[in-house]
Amino acid sequence: MLTKRIIPCLDIHDKKVTKGVKFKNNVVLGDPVEMAARYYDDGCDELVFYDITASAEGRPIDIEMVTEVAHAIRIPFAVGGGISTLEDMSRVLLAGAEKVSVNSLAVKNPDIIAQGSRAFGAQCIVLGMDPLAVDDPERCPSGYEITTRGFRERTGMDALEWARRAVDLGVGEIVVNSVDADGTRAGFQIPLTKLIAENVPVPVVASGGAGNAQHLVDVFEQAHADAAIIAGMIHTGDTTIPAIKAELVTAGIPIRQHW
Amino acid sequence: MKPLERLTIAKGPPTILFMIAIIDYRAGNLTSVRLACESLGLEAMITSDPNVIRSAERVIFPGVGAAGAAMGHLEELGLVETIRMAVDSGLPFLGICLGTQIILGHSEEDGGVDTIGLINGNVRLFRPGDPLIKVPQIGWNSVAQKRPHPIFEGIEDESEFYFVHSYHPDPTDPACILGETGYAGVTFASVMGRENLVATQFHPEKSGRVGLKLLRNFAKWDPPSPSRLRRASGGRTT
Repeated sequence: MLTKRIIPCLDIHDKKVTKGVKFKNNVVLGDPVEMAARYYDDGCDELVFYDITASAEGRPIDIEMVTEVAHAIRIPFAVGGGISTLEDMSRVLLAGAEKVSVNSLAVKNPDIIAQGSRAFGAQCIVLGMDPLAVDDPERCPSGYEITTRGFRERTGMDALEWARRAVDLGVGEIVVNSVDADGTRAGFQIPLTKLIAENVPVPVVASGGAGNAQHLVDVFEQAHADAAIIAGMIHTGDTTIPAIKAELVTAGIPIRQHW
Repeated sequence: MKPLERLTIAKGPPTILFMIAIIDYRAGNLTSVRLACESLGLEAMITSDPNVIRSAERVIFPGVGAAGAAMGHLEELGLVETIRMAVDSGLPFLGICLGTQIILGHSEEDGGVDTIGLINGNVRLFRPGDPLIKVPQIGWNSVAQKRPHPIFEGIEDESEFYFVHSYHPDPTDPACILGETGYAGVTFASVMGRENLVATQFHPEKSGRVGLKLLRNFAKWDPPSPSRLRRASGGRTT
């Protein structure tokens, strides 16, 4: 049986893993390669790295870090932030990443999805989206609006419409990161995740709000997420991946148990 | 770094240049296959040169992408015959993902494509009845070991491996099925093998320590093959 994936997310700022709430007040947590190796040892199923300032600073992603991670772990990982061209994608994938994640830049230039998908295959192209709950049925009938640039900009685009369009353009997976839940550790945004998961044919990764194992049980059972991103709850040492997995197994969620 | 693993090399021509040849036929990114081999201390070379492939001690045939384009590339590069010869000569041969699919005889992909045909059978699209079951299958799924095989040595039954695929192998002869996996309402052959050939639908190079174990098993594997026995005893294959 296909298992549900648990994906630690490492936000990178100046070559260090940081963690903030809603992209603010970031504190340094450690070295990305060391943390990746530790989570790999602990049995995480995949990893995602976001170079959170590359895009704002208009510089390409830190390829050296991608290369080091690729040497340290033997599981798939995705890299996002600062990816604006096919050349950027190619460098990240050739350095050993399994997937590239596009977000703000895909909103500005949706064709990058189609180009990347044609060049490298849909399974390599992940759409990251940061939807915000809004009450604006005219513009956003799904109830969620896409924000970009680390939640700083609102786009007026409907989240579900954008998800469907991105699938048509060729994304292989969608990470739905709730702006409202991000960093709160109060649980995933179930209705949002469910809305996207039930309406696109590609796997959906829930993101934003994970605070304990029950939150993961809820998002897998109620929202049909295929995978879930966790960050603060393990970065701070409050819990560990084996402990989370044990709780999920007890709850009857299919989870990878051999690593 | 682990010490370089050296294996016994058969005497006589052809000269062994590289322990493992990873076949490059413009079907996806081979970095992780190379890195996985290197992390095991195995000498591996990514190549599309038939001479290098023929002179390697073992061959990995990976790949992601579509079957039609892949067959086109293999034909352009003159590699279809090289692959047949490598397998016939008894070289230990490992197919991965798309490489595994095009080892079969026919694929439903791209409107139907005839493929290499080293194992009789078809490659079929997942057609889940439930819209919540996504295609491609992406993630870790378990492999039930149907037959003992050196490739599984030290790997627990039902261990999970990393899969990314929309189509799955459907071999004609159940005797070649070494491992099975369930997804989207079908139980499919996730590991197949005969003689010196073994093929996985999943990616051992991305499957953590369990995947590395499988690759290490492949690197140590000394398969029975009539033609290999002939070669090792100095006889000529024609």
